[in-house]
Amino acid sequence: MMISDAMEDEEKWLAEGIAGIQHNAFYMHRALDANNLREALKYSAQLLSELRTSRLSPHKYYELYMRAFDELRKLEMFFKEEERHGCSVMDLYELVQHAGNILPRLYLLCTVGSVYIKSKEAPTKDVLKDLVEMCRGVQHPIRGLFLRSYLAQISRDKLPDIGSEYEGDGDTVMDAVEFVLQNFSEMNKLWVRMELQGPARVRDKMEKERNELRDLVGKNLHVLSQIEGIDLDLYKETVLPRILEQVVNCKDELAQYYLMDCLIQVFPDEYHLQTLETLLGACPQLQPTVDIKTVLSQLMERLSSYAASSPEVLPEFLQVEAFAKLSTAIGKVIETQGDMPIVGAITLYVSLLTFTLRVHPDRLDYVDQVLGSCVKKLSNRPKLEDSRATKQVVALLSAPLEKYSDIVTSLTLSNYPRVMDHLDSGTNKIMAMVIIQSIMTNQACVSSADKVEVLFELIKGLIKDLEGDSEDELDEEDFNEEQNYVARVIHVLYNDDPEEMLKIICTVRKHIMTGGPKRLPFTVPPLVFSALKLIRRLQNQDGDEDPATPKKIFQLLNQTIEALSYVPAPELALRLYLQCAEAANDCDLEPVAYEFFTQAFVLYEEEIADSKAQVTAIHLIIGTLQRTNVFGVENRDTLTHKATGYSAKLLKKPDHCRAVYACSHLFWVDDQDGIKDGERVLLCLKRALRIANAAQQMANVARGSSGPVTLFVEILNKYLYYFEKGNTQITSAAIQGLIELIKTEMQSDTATPDRISDAFFACTLRYIQFQKQKGGAMGEKFDTIKV
Amino acid sequence: MVLVLAIGDLHIPHRAPDLPAKFKSMLVPGKIQHIICTGNLCIKEVHDYLKSLCPSLHVTRGEYDEDSRYPETKTITIGQFKLGLCHGHQVVPWGDLDSLAMLQRQLDVDILVSGHTHQFKAYKHEAGVVINPGSATGAYSSVTYDVNPSFVLMDIDGLRVVVYVYELIDGEVKVDKIDFKKTSTATI
Repeated sequence: MMISDAMEDEEKWLAEGIAGIQHNAFYMHRALDANNLREALKYSAQLLSELRTSRLSPHKYYELYMRAFDELRKLEMFFKEEERHGCSVMDLYELVQHAGNILPRLYLLCTVGSVYIKSKEAPTKDVLKDLVEMCRGVQHPIRGLFLRSYLAQISRDKLPDIGSEYEGDGDTVMDAVEFVLQNFSEMNKLWVRMELQGPARVRDKMEKERNELRDLVGKNLHVLSQIEGIDLDLYKETVLPRILEQVVNCKDELAQYYLMDCLIQVFPDEYHLQTLETLLGACPQLQPTVDIKTVLSQLMERLSSYAASSPEVLPEFLQVEAFAKLSTAIGKVIETQGDMPIVGAITLYVSLLTFTLRVHPDRLDYVDQVLGSCVKKLSNRPKLEDSRATKQVVALLSAPLEKYSDIVTSLTLSNYPRVMDHLDSGTNKIMAMVIIQSIMTNQACVSSADKVEVLFELIKGLIKDLEGDSEDELDEEDFNEEQNYVARVIHVLYNDDPEEMLKIICTVRKHIMTGGPKRLPFTVPPLVFSALKLIRRLQNQDGDEDPATPKKIFQLLNQTIEALSYVPAPELALRLYLQCAEAANDCDLEPVAYEFFTQAFVLYEEEIADSKAQVTAIHLIIGTLQRTNVFGVENRDTLTHKATGYSAKLLKKPDHCRAVYACSHLFWVDDQDGIKDGERVLLCLKRALRIANAAQQMANVARGSSGPVTLFVEILNKYLYYFEKGNTQITSAAIQGLIELIKTEMQSDTATPDRISDAFFACTLRYIQFQKQKGGAMGEKFDTIKV
Repeated sequence: MVLVLAIGDLHIPHRAPDLPAKFKSMLVPGKIQHIICTGNLCIKEVHDYLKSLCPSLHVTRGEYDEDSRYPETKTITIGQFKLGLCHGHQVVPWGDLDSLAMLQRQLDVDILVSGHTHQFKAYKHEAGVVINPGSATGAYSSVTYDVNPSFVLMDIDGLRVVVYVYELIDGEVKVDKIDFKKTSTATI
């Protein structure tokens, strides 16, 4: 209620003020038309009196001011034309000082002053000096600021700058600078004074009003930046020190922040670079509540862009030791502002790091230094808990990763892991993931064991349990994601040189072994396959003198896969043992291959009890064994015997049957020197047939109808397979017999019609027909089979 | 014209970190109508990625797959063709064409897609066509040496299927194509 009342009042007062101006302006215009100086002065003074109000907020006062401003322009034109009013400008200057109240008096004086300077009847600097001093007469903040703003506006194009018409014997750039600096100082003093007036509850309103006025003060800095005669030396010697003096001494938080920011924006980056020490020197002297880090960040941002847009200035950066100065300044600021929250300090380091990466990307020592400063700041403190601070640390650590697409560069920063140590375990893991993601995105490759060591130190939060981890933080999906990341990164650790590659593998192994049972199923497979790839590369090389030999690697593999027994993960371990067995076979290492098969078989016997798992495992065993050719007769027989033995013990009849006929392939290898034991093959097939029969009978008994004939058709196909391959033990008569058996089974009373097995049988018969029609040797073979 | 992507044996993250970048940029969502995957993805992320390319995703179980609920075999009808899918570790001897032919007859399909050996194959025999899309990541295989990353795209149009094989050889994607025609509605 009160606020809207107040606003309504203000509107009313503004309207009154405007009305007053318009009223007096009307009469003033009449006087101007009549060339009546006295009257013109009288009414203009009255008009200007409206600006004496203290009831308006800056926003509204500005509206009033603009009206007055417009009227004063007309008055100025009148003053200029001496023939109209017959008064010399010097006399005019005297005359207006007779106005009753000081504010109108000074506005008129400034207006005449403008004409006076233009007439060149007095040295510019004298007029300017007089005006800037006279304005001291108005000490009310709002009125004073607008008055001096008026002065600044009308004097702007009349400053004795180099090349300006107002430059002369006595009038130099220095005078222009003096004038603007003085006006600026006075304006700042007025502005700052606003804070001190009024009770505490009005302070918010005050701050808002102050902000509305700030551009009036800042404009002076703009003007200074436009003065052409100010070169670097003048800026360095006079302009900057004076501005900073005012900024520091006013001891006002709002003013200091705004003016530092303004200063950085309006003056050229080149100047900032050359006056860095002075500029930075002011920072610790500012009020402790000033958000100096934003100011410094702005500065560093500007300097970075400067460096980016003009690479030729880079030597300058080095010459002025920009990095060192900024680094020291930041350190000082953090030290002086003792109660700056940690997030503030880290944000500063992030800004400095960004600067460093943009301006001096090749100076890894600088980058490391920034990280080191951060480490120092974080030392002797408990682990970070503030999430904003943590975010900033993550930003700090991510910056080098983004800049250097080659992860190895970031790995050389000695302080990098030390910063990571200060993160809480959750964030540490997140950061580790960021690192891995960066490696994957950039398709980087880490190719030395040393660097791998550093990398795994960095990501140790993912590799093993660290103290500080709490048990209930473990979300399964997150954990799996983490571990899959680790698994992926293992594949980008690579070196062409086998010796170095083996070192890498050993380093990785060392680390993942500390991971515990939960992590091993994720991390062991990629390591195993990495090692197998290395073995393949070495396969054709001989020589036990090399540090890297397949034998040594196989030993390593054995120990590694063994660790899976602690998880336990028997199915995975079995698969990996079989992979190794096959690889050992390719290397011609019979004992090694035998050992791996043994390990696999032991696992099968002792650990794999689930039926479905057994079926898969057996097919993997048979598939692998079928391909191995390194074994002598005895070893092969032992293993084959075991495999067929396992097949025989499968629970479900169909599984049993299929495994048995799969075993037939153990006795027939299509290679040149492959085993081709026709009799054993037939034995397997016959056994399979018996099992299929038994299955049918069981079904009859248990369910009242026999099962589908699928198994018989499968066995028929196997008969055909070996028949074609030239196994003399398989006769066309046997095949014929099987065909008839199937037909009978399908037509029997107890048969359950099954579309799938019917189609299968039809396809098979069609195949036989196709072979018969082939002609030649094949056609002859199949000739005796009737379908 | 129906586009079917046949892909498999990625072995992520056991044997490979990711699909090759060149393949990833080629496989964009919305272009393919079906995906048939031979198996050994191995993790859910890969399943989700394939699903994002095309909602009609069919997967059979490889021996390293994290999800044990994928079926051992699958048959799908697309247009005039019946397709069969199976990883292939179950068919001994591994990669043996005649044994695969038996599986094809058993499933009664025109096209059998099977993997495990990581070696691209596409050939025609009495019962139909057998396609092995190879390994999309070029993963290590005990069976095949020097595996190049590969996958297959089938364009099924009426009674004709054009099989495009994409192989990454020395950093470049090479494409080859093979035509197969089916006679009427009987199998090829």
